[in-house]
Amino acid sequence: ASPDPLITQVQPWAQELGDGVDATPYGLPIEYENDVIRRNVEWLTADTVSSINFTPIHALDGTITPQGCAFERHHSGAIDLKKQDYRLMINGLVDTPLVFSYADLERFPRENHVYFCECAANTGMEWAGAQLNGAQFTHGMIHNMEYTGVPLRTLLEEAGLDTAGDLKDKWVFVEGADASSNGRSIPMEKALDDVLVAFKANGEALRKEHGYPVRLVVPGWEGNMWVKWIRRIEVTEAPVESREETSKYTDVLENGIARKWTWAMDAKSVVTSPSPQAPITHGKGPLVITGLAWSGRGAITRVDVSKDGGKTWETARLAKPGEKMAMTRFYLDTDWDGEEMMLQSRAMDDTGYVQPTKAQLREVRGLNSIYHNNCIQTWLVRSTGEAENVEVS
Amino acid sequence: EKFGLGRAALPEEIAAWDGDVSPNGDGLPSGSGDAIVGEEIFAEQCAVCHGDFAEGIDNWPKLAGGADTLDHEDPLKTVGSYWPHLSTAFDYIKRSMPYGNAGTLSDDEVYAIVAYILYSNDLIEDDFVLSDETFADVELPNAQGFILDNRAETEYAIWSGEPCMENCKDEVKVTMRAMVLDVTPEENKPATAEVTQASAAKVEETEEAPVEAAAPAIDAELAKAGEKVFKKCKACHQVGAKAKNRSGPVLNGIVGGASGAVDGFKYSKALKAAAEGGLVWTPEELAAFLAKPKKYLKGTKMGFAGLKKEKDQAAVIEYLKTFAE
Repeated sequence: ASPDPLITQVQPWAQELGDGVDATPYGLPIEYENDVIRRNVEWLTADTVSSINFTPIHALDGTITPQGCAFERHHSGAIDLKKQDYRLMINGLVDTPLVFSYADLERFPRENHVYFCECAANTGMEWAGAQLNGAQFTHGMIHNMEYTGVPLRTLLEEAGLDTAGDLKDKWVFVEGADASSNGRSIPMEKALDDVLVAFKANGEALRKEHGYPVRLVVPGWEGNMWVKWIRRIEVTEAPVESREETSKYTDVLENGIARKWTWAMDAKSVVTSPSPQAPITHGKGPLVITGLAWSGRGAITRVDVSKDGGKTWETARLAKPGEKMAMTRFYLDTDWDGEEMMLQSRAMDDTGYVQPTKAQLREVRGLNSIYHNNCIQTWLVRSTGEAENVEVS
Repeated sequence: EKFGLGRAALPEEIAAWDGDVSPNGDGLPSGSGDAIVGEEIFAEQCAVCHGDFAEGIDNWPKLAGGADTLDHEDPLKTVGSYWPHLSTAFDYIKRSMPYGNAGTLSDDEVYAIVAYILYSNDLIEDDFVLSDETFADVELPNAQGFILDNRAETEYAIWSGEPCMENCKDEVKVTMRAMVLDVTPEENKPATAEVTQASAAKVEETEEAPVEAAAPAIDAELAKAGEKVFKKCKACHQVGAKAKNRSGPVLNGIVGGASGAVDGFKYSKALKAAAEGGLVWTPEELAAFLAKPKKYLKGTKMGFAGLKKEKDQAAVIEYLKTFAE
């Protein structure tokens, strides 16, 4: 073999000087990574203002999603709202209706938690058949971040809940400051349990597209409830049954009857690499198969991987023990013989739930659901290393 | 434990923000309207997206039709066929519509629009006056069409326990491939236009305005950047050969053209007055308008916050220059 000139010859970067500090006061990824970006599927929606794009999960590793490539979903566009102009009102069945400024929120004791946020429609385009070629498009309506914020319970107690009486059957209605307002009703039990009023993600301020300066975090529950630019929290006797909780985010079954209040996101997983946008380029031999798993009802306890479309399964290695309502990274360190594979992953959570197949889901729900598709995904990996989204018997 | 943070919300403040309306009618303001009045308001405020008959344009939501389709393939879920509560329509229209100009409708206008949507769904006669008094008289057809989440019984109970690890199937065959109807966006290639019926979330592609041959003296690179900026405008404005007035007028020939000149578009009083005053949309005037529309022209219907960056203004103007008459 001839010697590698990258080693034997002095390279410019080893000879000359690089950028000084402050070349990019707020850094961006190096240009060679400029394909690791959110992408939109134009035909899905009428315009980009009321639309969604997708996290490049095929190109990420670990579990934390960088804010800059975490998927966006807006109903009336991402608004420009300054901290100084931000107000949060708590009203309804409370002892004293209150208004908080952003500075007020920063004076309450705060907490840090890592949670995934998954749009209920994630994988929704795949109900009737394999359609989109890429984990980004089939599973990218999700991100996983470390949030800093104040428990909603703290704010509700500050306003006082004696007026509400028995809290068991009470609700809170939450709405955003944007033109859509995106109102949702949340049962009081959840509101007092783990909901956060968050203002930081991954250590820094929320991005505009994720609700700067303040958003709601509703762990494990569908992303639509994570109201961005949250401006009002009302304690109510009953759910408002807003557009987002009746005409949308309800699940039509085969007989035409629809399920409502299907808030929790069930356990789900996907192999992120290899996958259609992340083919195998190195030929046979050592291969890292990796992916993500999560459950809105608890912690991931196990992920199995199949290379033969579900005939046989091997248990993958979890990078870290699963955490509640947060993403878990799994790896299957394997040796590829260069033969075709039908790659699948199957997640289990600490309730004992096992991620179902597409056939199992269709048997219960029919083909007309849009939301809550947590089926086992199959990638057909050819001997060339290229991968395709398929369904198998 | 109380922290003593925040301040009491004033009644006027609560009144300004607390507008939600519940299925039992809680929150309904006093007021009224019928479908005849509603049709006019709908034509002006809603039809650009939802169609004159609430039938929906392009990918925008259809508000009427779809009766008895819920148990069919690709059910059509409209206010008439799917929504369980009429309060939801009032609540949503009052707070979130019209798209791009939310919260500007009076209570009577909202009653009239809701009445028109009911009428479009054949649920009321055109002389029925919808008001806070009569609201409870209307029951939507699918009011009983919902059940509470029953996954605990129908799914969780079945899909749990120790899963199969070996010999789980006799054989495995590929039964469907994304390649067949690949609708995946590709870099450097426009989104696929043909979407077949396989998608549950299937929708038709919005018509793209073709970029016409550029007139001389166009900075092509700047115009290209402007095409991106124009995405912010596309919800309301169309350009190109097939352009139609939407909630904003067609913008062909706008740069250097007289203001208020597009046939068939109902301009605001403010813009009509400016047009009578001889306003011409020179690049300078357009840039000033685009920077802060509401400040530049008090009373404009354009519900757009503005393009703060001068380079965005310049780019979008350059792009618009490529669409002569």
